[in-house]
Amino acid sequence: MKIIVAIKQVPERDAHIRIDSTGNWIEESGLQYALNESDAYALEEALQLKEKFASAGDEVIVLSAGPERVGTTIREALAKGADRAIHIVCDDLGARDALGVAKLLAAAIKQENPDLVLSGLQSEDLGLGQTGVIVAELLGLPHATLILHVEGTESGLKVKRELEEGWFQTVELPMPAVLTIQSGGNKLRYATLMGIKRAKTKEVRELAASELDGDAAPVVVLEQVTMPRKQKSTQILPGTAKEAAAALVEKLKFEVRVL
Amino acid sequence: MSSVLVVLEERGGKVSRISWEALAGGQRLGSQLGLPVCVAIVGAQTESLAAEIAAQPLGKVVRVEHPLLNHYTADGFTLALQQLIQSESPAYVILPHTYQVRDFAPALAARLGQVLISDVVAIGDGPVFTRQLMQGRLNGNYRHTGDGPCLISMQAGAFRAENSERPTNPAEVVTFTPTVESNQIRTKPGEPFRGSSQTVDLGSAQLIVSVGRGIKEAENIPLVQELATALGAELAASRPICDNGWLPLERQVGSSGHTVAPKLYLAVGISGAIQHLVGMKGSQCIVAINKDPDAPIFEVADYGIVGDLFEVVPALTEALKAARQ
Repeated sequence: MKIIVAIKQVPERDAHIRIDSTGNWIEESGLQYALNESDAYALEEALQLKEKFASAGDEVIVLSAGPERVGTTIREALAKGADRAIHIVCDDLGARDALGVAKLLAAAIKQENPDLVLSGLQSEDLGLGQTGVIVAELLGLPHATLILHVEGTESGLKVKRELEEGWFQTVELPMPAVLTIQSGGNKLRYATLMGIKRAKTKEVRELAASELDGDAAPVVVLEQVTMPRKQKSTQILPGTAKEAAAALVEKLKFEVRVL
Repeated sequence: MSSVLVVLEERGGKVSRISWEALAGGQRLGSQLGLPVCVAIVGAQTESLAAEIAAQPLGKVVRVEHPLLNHYTADGFTLALQQLIQSESPAYVILPHTYQVRDFAPALAARLGQVLISDVVAIGDGPVFTRQLMQGRLNGNYRHTGDGPCLISMQAGAFRAENSERPTNPAEVVTFTPTVESNQIRTKPGEPFRGSSQTVDLGSAQLIVSVGRGIKEAENIPLVQELATALGAELAASRPICDNGWLPLERQVGSSGHTVAPKLYLAVGISGAIQHLVGMKGSQCIVAINKDPDAPIFEVADYGIVGDLFEVVPALTEALKAARQ
């Protein structure tokens, strides 16, 4: 089985986020980046599928769009066990809407003709949760979202899909197909030292965004980024841990009245 | 005719709560722009749902009905709604931001050459649609600049559903029959099933202590368990804790877990991504303990302690034990 995993590099979870001088994006200088969490689960699912159905010609290809810095996240995925990578070099990812980004990914995927395309269900920076579904639409492939578990069947795939409030559902679909992976389905692996060493020699094919798709004007534009307004006025209890704890107990006793 | 079309979802034979909230958002947008609001409901048998909806003061209720829409599939719903949108030409299409909508609406938008503005929490003049970025640390204001319909999905609780009194004239109900062939539906959905057996009932707990990523390691969970015990509270968690298997899935609060509204919700080391907030923001009193003063959890908290949970939690457990004596 040939599997493509679309991954995204996002600011690290604990990164200090500031709005930049344009007011429509964040200050990127000095930011640390990491692999988007649900994409890490998508990669893990792909690696496990390859291990389960090992046959000649099986490969896991990671695909990522973004500027030069994305290369470090791609190497990380290769170190975990992906066989090769495609990097769509693109400095203006933020200027493209979800359809524009999906068009780039779909064009690169088409060249490879994979059996299965996986991605995380949502990015931690923009949180649109749409890329995988749009890619499926552009490629004319069936899809399923919020997937926790993937099994092969005679005719295609059987997947476990998460529904709301603790419910699940099994969905069967033919291949090729696109799945967006929910976090938590598998235990994530770490890259081994050997893996890190091997990753250095694995193929990373660079594609220029301009080669893939005419840049259509976006239909949705992020105009402005702002700090959220507080929905409640939070009373911060100051002091040492002990003082704050004592103050909170007072509040719980006399104001919230739960003690 | 230009209009706002709101697509409602059914849950257990009734129109779901988040759908009514999306409708409230649609009505706000309609009055802002002077556009009539129409409603669509998709399924195989939609008569009783349509009657429930028609009691609201609306332009029109469309029953999008076809035997192949009996069970939700992305292919079926995309085809049906694409045809409805092309026939009605609404200026705006509003959907509730549910797992089902997330599964098909991005494809529906792409098929129409559009991009869904997903997970909208507010509508401003323009109209400008606000959604969260960076796990709730920032808001982003989005504008639709394309020709053609603007598709929006609305987060739970973004608008308050206020079902108005029964109008004198119920809304007109029409049926729209899309063309759907069985070979166009490529996926085969199974019946929904519950996860593991339920041994805790978070929904009826009055006091909840909830733990997040800030706890760092499974070995540290007993620290918050002791706090919960001292308070007489149930222990709950945000998604990453359950993903890691540190606590069972049945203790998860948020859009993929339980929705709770206890008297007290004490969030320990939880940053407050929207997926978590929608599951607990209805709590009567929210207390947050977090080392990051900018964590979004403080936007909904009544009381906050900014500090290292590994110092604050043991101190709080001791103080509670002393207060209980």
